[in-house]
Amino acid sequence: MKDFFAMGGYAFYVWTSYAVAGVVLIANILIPIRLRLRLLADIARKMRRARREP
Amino acid sequence: MGIVAFIHRMGSPQYFYQVAGRLVPWFGGFCALFLLAGLVGGLVLAPTDYQQGESYRIIFIHVPSAWMSMFIYMVMATAGLLGLVWRVKLAEVIAISSAPIGASFTFIALVTGSLWGKPMWGAWWVWDARLTSELILLFLYLGVIALYGAIEDKRVAARAVAILALVGVVNIPIIHYSVEWWNTLHQPATITKFDKPSIHVSMLIPLLLMALGCKLYYATVVLMRARCEVLERERNSRWVETLPEVAKP
Amino acid sequence: MSQRSLTSAFVLLLRRDLTLAYRRRAELMNPLLFFVLVSSLFPLGIGSNPKLIAAVGPGVIWVAALLAAMLSLDSMFRSDFEDGSLEQFMLSSHPVSILVLAKVFAHWLVTGLPLILVAPLLGVLLALPTEALGVLMLTLVLGTPVLSLIGSVGVALTVGLRRGGVILSLLVLPLYVPVLIFAADAVHTAAQGIPTTAQISFLAGLLALALALAPLATASSLRVSLS
Repeated sequence: MKDFFAMGGYAFYVWTSYAVAGVVLIANILIPIRLRLRLLADIARKMRRARREP
Repeated sequence: MGIVAFIHRMGSPQYFYQVAGRLVPWFGGFCALFLLAGLVGGLVLAPTDYQQGESYRIIFIHVPSAWMSMFIYMVMATAGLLGLVWRVKLAEVIAISSAPIGASFTFIALVTGSLWGKPMWGAWWVWDARLTSELILLFLYLGVIALYGAIEDKRVAARAVAILALVGVVNIPIIHYSVEWWNTLHQPATITKFDKPSIHVSMLIPLLLMALGCKLYYATVVLMRARCEVLERERNSRWVETLPEVAKP
Repeated sequence: MSQRSLTSAFVLLLRRDLTLAYRRRAELMNPLLFFVLVSSLFPLGIGSNPKLIAAVGPGVIWVAALLAAMLSLDSMFRSDFEDGSLEQFMLSSHPVSILVLAKVFAHWLVTGLPLILVAPLLGVLLALPTEALGVLMLTLVLGTPVLSLIGSVGVALTVGLRRGGVILSLLVLPLYVPVLIFAADAVHTAAQGIPTTAQISFLAGLLALALALAPLATASSLRVSLS
């Protein structure tokens, strides 16, 4: 197990690579989710305002 | 008949929004499956490389990222062409939704390439042909994103970006060739294990699994982004206003 | 109003642009001065060792030419965009790509040609052997029109934007890279006395491709920018 994490001495290079890739790929998933929720909330808010106006 | 009707219906933003919403979890699920399989195969099961030791395992993320960076650019340019010539709105949306994903993969390819290069060649950055081409590709992606952001009318922006992507597509082979030429003159030939045609099957399979997983990732995320773009463009239309997520009391 | 033939329209537009440029000839010195200044500053930055200067000379001159070309791009469509004549050109019955070619040609005559004429002087300053000077000029003769042609696409896409200048550099510089690589390499190789047919042929090929495709892309871009 320890050998797996040590990656033959190259641990820093290998794990940093996968970490950077992981962060970027996860960010690319979270950003559209957040954007969609924000857009829907924005649209809902505008509609409520429009409905309130006589 | 079914396919043609399907494509025709996809032209409707509302239909696309619904269908894409249903597809995302499926693509996402399969993507996770393939990526997991690829990672286990590459990081755990594949044998140690006799030349490079364990550092070669970076290829299982570096190579698929590089492949994706090129693949996504082609999709972006093709979608741009469809949007520009045949005025297909969905194509415009797919094109611009692809750009940040392509840029991300290019960035990953560059960083992982650099981290692979350090133990191999002893320097954080080497001007080898592939890394240099990837760097220029990153600039091409950033140009698309910057230009789209700078133009206010998004339909005009989509057309401008389509032209830019098409000009880029013509230039990419030229740039690759130029960089290859430039590199062989100024660097000693660096032979990596994976330039040789025979790659051991226990390394090839995880690589292909990762590549497939990344393609599914792209499919998932591009649909997610495209849904946002469609919402943004269609925010004033009837069907958006009657969406269940919006029409809450 | 008589229907002008395409050739006379081309010549007319060319003469118009050259006349307008002549009236602003003080401004036109800027890219040229930039070219000379940047090239001259490099030895001051890297030391007076003639071997080192000769080694980087071709690259320095070509990078300076690239940057000077980029600085000069804005003037291609800016004034016509601002006073509305660009829209008039788009409305003409002549193919816009030919009119674009006339404008790009005029732009090159005014910004690219001076660089070519000054280059031998810079070659001497940067310790380039005499054999290489001819190749330097040849690469500039083939390369600067490519820079103007590719640049015209970028300018056409950004002419309507408020801060288009920054985006213009980002758009255009990656596309300039092949020209830079082959031109600088040609001069390097010539400095070593080796024939440069391959590099020159490639540059000629790039020029042919740019001449064929760039005006079309620029015309489309103008249509998009003016819509």
